[in-house]
Amino acid sequence: MMNVLSLQNVVKAYANHVAVNNVSFDVKAGSIFGLLGPNGAGKTSLIRIITTITAADSGQVFLNGHPLNDLHPNEIGYMPEERGLYKKMKVGEQLLYLAQLKGLSSRDAKIKLKSWLDKFEITSWWDKKIGDLSKGMSQKIQFIATVVHDPKLIILDEPFSGLDPINSNLIKDEIYSLKQKGASILFSTHRMEQVEEICEDIVLINKGKIILYGNVQKIKNDFKENLFSVKYDGHLPDGISSSDFEIVSNVGNEIVFKTGIHHSSNDLLRSLLQQNVNIVQFNEILPSLNEIFIKQVESNNE
Amino acid sequence: MNKIWLVTKREYLSRVLNKTFILTTLLTPLGILVFMVAVVFIMGTGSDKSKVINVYDPSGLLEKELKTRDNLTFQFSDASLEKQIGLYKDKKISGIIEVPPLKDSLASKYTYKYHSDEQLAMDESYGIESAISKKIRNYKLKKLNIDEKTLKNLDTDVTAIPVTVLNDKKISSITNVVSSVLGGIVGYAMFFIILIYGMQVMRSVMEEKINRIVEVLISSLKPFELMMGKVIGVGLVGLTQIGIWLILMPIIFFIGTAIFGLNAENMGPMNTGNIPMEQITMSSQDKIAQVFMEVRAMNWWKILPLTLFYFLAGYFAYSALFAAIGSAVGEDINEANSLTLPVMMPLMFSMYIGFSAVNAPDSSLAVWSSMIPLLSSIVMPVRLPFDPPWWQIGVSVVSLIVFTVFLVWIAARIYRVGILMYGKKASLRELSKWIFYKG
Repeated sequence: MMNVLSLQNVVKAYANHVAVNNVSFDVKAGSIFGLLGPNGAGKTSLIRIITTITAADSGQVFLNGHPLNDLHPNEIGYMPEERGLYKKMKVGEQLLYLAQLKGLSSRDAKIKLKSWLDKFEITSWWDKKIGDLSKGMSQKIQFIATVVHDPKLIILDEPFSGLDPINSNLIKDEIYSLKQKGASILFSTHRMEQVEEICEDIVLINKGKIILYGNVQKIKNDFKENLFSVKYDGHLPDGISSSDFEIVSNVGNEIVFKTGIHHSSNDLLRSLLQQNVNIVQFNEILPSLNEIFIKQVESNNE
Repeated sequence: MNKIWLVTKREYLSRVLNKTFILTTLLTPLGILVFMVAVVFIMGTGSDKSKVINVYDPSGLLEKELKTRDNLTFQFSDASLEKQIGLYKDKKISGIIEVPPLKDSLASKYTYKYHSDEQLAMDESYGIESAISKKIRNYKLKKLNIDEKTLKNLDTDVTAIPVTVLNDKKISSITNVVSSVLGGIVGYAMFFIILIYGMQVMRSVMEEKINRIVEVLISSLKPFELMMGKVIGVGLVGLTQIGIWLILMPIIFFIGTAIFGLNAENMGPMNTGNIPMEQITMSSQDKIAQVFMEVRAMNWWKILPLTLFYFLAGYFAYSALFAAIGSAVGEDINEANSLTLPVMMPLMFSMYIGFSAVNAPDSSLAVWSSMIPLLSSIVMPVRLPFDPPWWQIGVSVVSLIVFTVFLVWIAARIYRVGILMYGKKASLRELSKWIFYKG
């Protein structure tokens, strides 16, 4: 599969610190990619390099296989974390202006904007002033401005901050449908449950360096601790603790086992069934990205 | 290039279509007219209270005659001062002027007394003083046996008639005056226009930074394009406003003249207040005609395009600097003040040098500063009506172009870093470091 974005040994240093330290990763075309990291990790510096706002000191960035050039901004849609609009401008004028800055002709921009406003059922806002809109409303406008020119790469920095669940879902659905149409999304956030939900691949950076990179499922498997949760009915036979499996916790009707590397989940199940445990539910406990994130960042900071 | 144009269009339209802009543009000339009428009116009115003032002149110095303003009535009375003060106490009169005898007929100082608890208004006492002074003058003339006509002939009105030697140029005695006025007006206007619109550029940059729209914008276009679009857009707004004023001013002035009867004669006493009457030898109509001739005789084909050039170059240089400053400050406009000072200084200096150049357009200060960029954009236009040599204009134009390009480049370097900096109060030292940032 082709990569829409490819970073190779990108370095960016400021006066007193190295913001991006030898970072390389690829974003597959048509995927949703998570760029994670604690505050000050270098995410924004990295995004600014990709969006051509600043240039890397060394290393290379390829968009669709070509080194970044002056025409590329028109193929990228960027919604920064700190975002705003001209308060005194009308919604329509503002969107038209931003779309034209992305290289659309006034005519094309109008047609596309109309269809986006229709989609969000906000056509009547065209002549409203931005200053009169609520935060959630202006966020919708910002989202439209980010994607109106059909960018190949969409970069969203904390797209859901400040949105209520309904609007969050609306944007999430749009992200999926843009992906369906072939766009790739680079998604930067602190909120791991969202990453787990939507991202296929992630890169975790801390202090400008990559500390984790790959497929979300694979990463979770890599970090699993072979924990299994068993919910049961009735009584637990007495001698169960003396078996091959370590009991991590036993609260209420749920018991958590840790299997060694020599045992599979089937071994545990078989053993439990032999002991006549009335199993209601059985599942493997995979670490959440949140846990992995915190663990990795903390161990990296030490 | 296309993106600069888009920014320019937005800056221009969002300003020109703004209600405040339309109102100020249309109302300012009207406001100036109203202001002028008000000034004439205010200056024309003095104390309007009618007063009856007794004059006690035992030596007959005033020859029973004293006239100043219509609302002041003077009564000569030979009654004793005590009696007259009694009249004042009975509120029959407003005060008593006591005119002591002139002891020395050649005395250059003379004092009179005014008995009253109420002070005379400034114009009242001035009127009385000059009336008495005139009387004393006549008295002295008579005493010294000098004929009024002989005395007048002692004064000679001297006017220089400039005659050019190598240059075939017609100059009249008032060429200098006309050039001075013209130069002064141009210098003053340039200063304000550059300042006002430069500040607008700064505010516009700050607005985008505070709004946080700037990061979206510069992911679509280069910071330089954004800055230039802004500078050009605001500059065009300035030209539009000046253009409208240039058309409106004469119209409103003529309407004003028709309605209020505001004319040169009315303004006369105010303008020439400090000049002794003897100096005004020509009738005002002759003078106006000559001024018009002088103005027409100016080399407008040289002055107009060059003035426009200096305005544009000066505007670009200063507004780019203002843009750089705007990018460096955050939400607090007060922070901007300390940073604008270094930019304001050359602007202020050039205006003051421009004023001195009006008096001495060929002084070395004026000549040199009209060739030093940042100063030249105001000083040279002031000198242009005085017809400076071409080589000076050449040096000035070339150095201004080079320096303006350089300044815009520097400003753009600062701007591109500044617009993405938040939360830090930038010092001038920091700003100069930004110039050398990579990427």
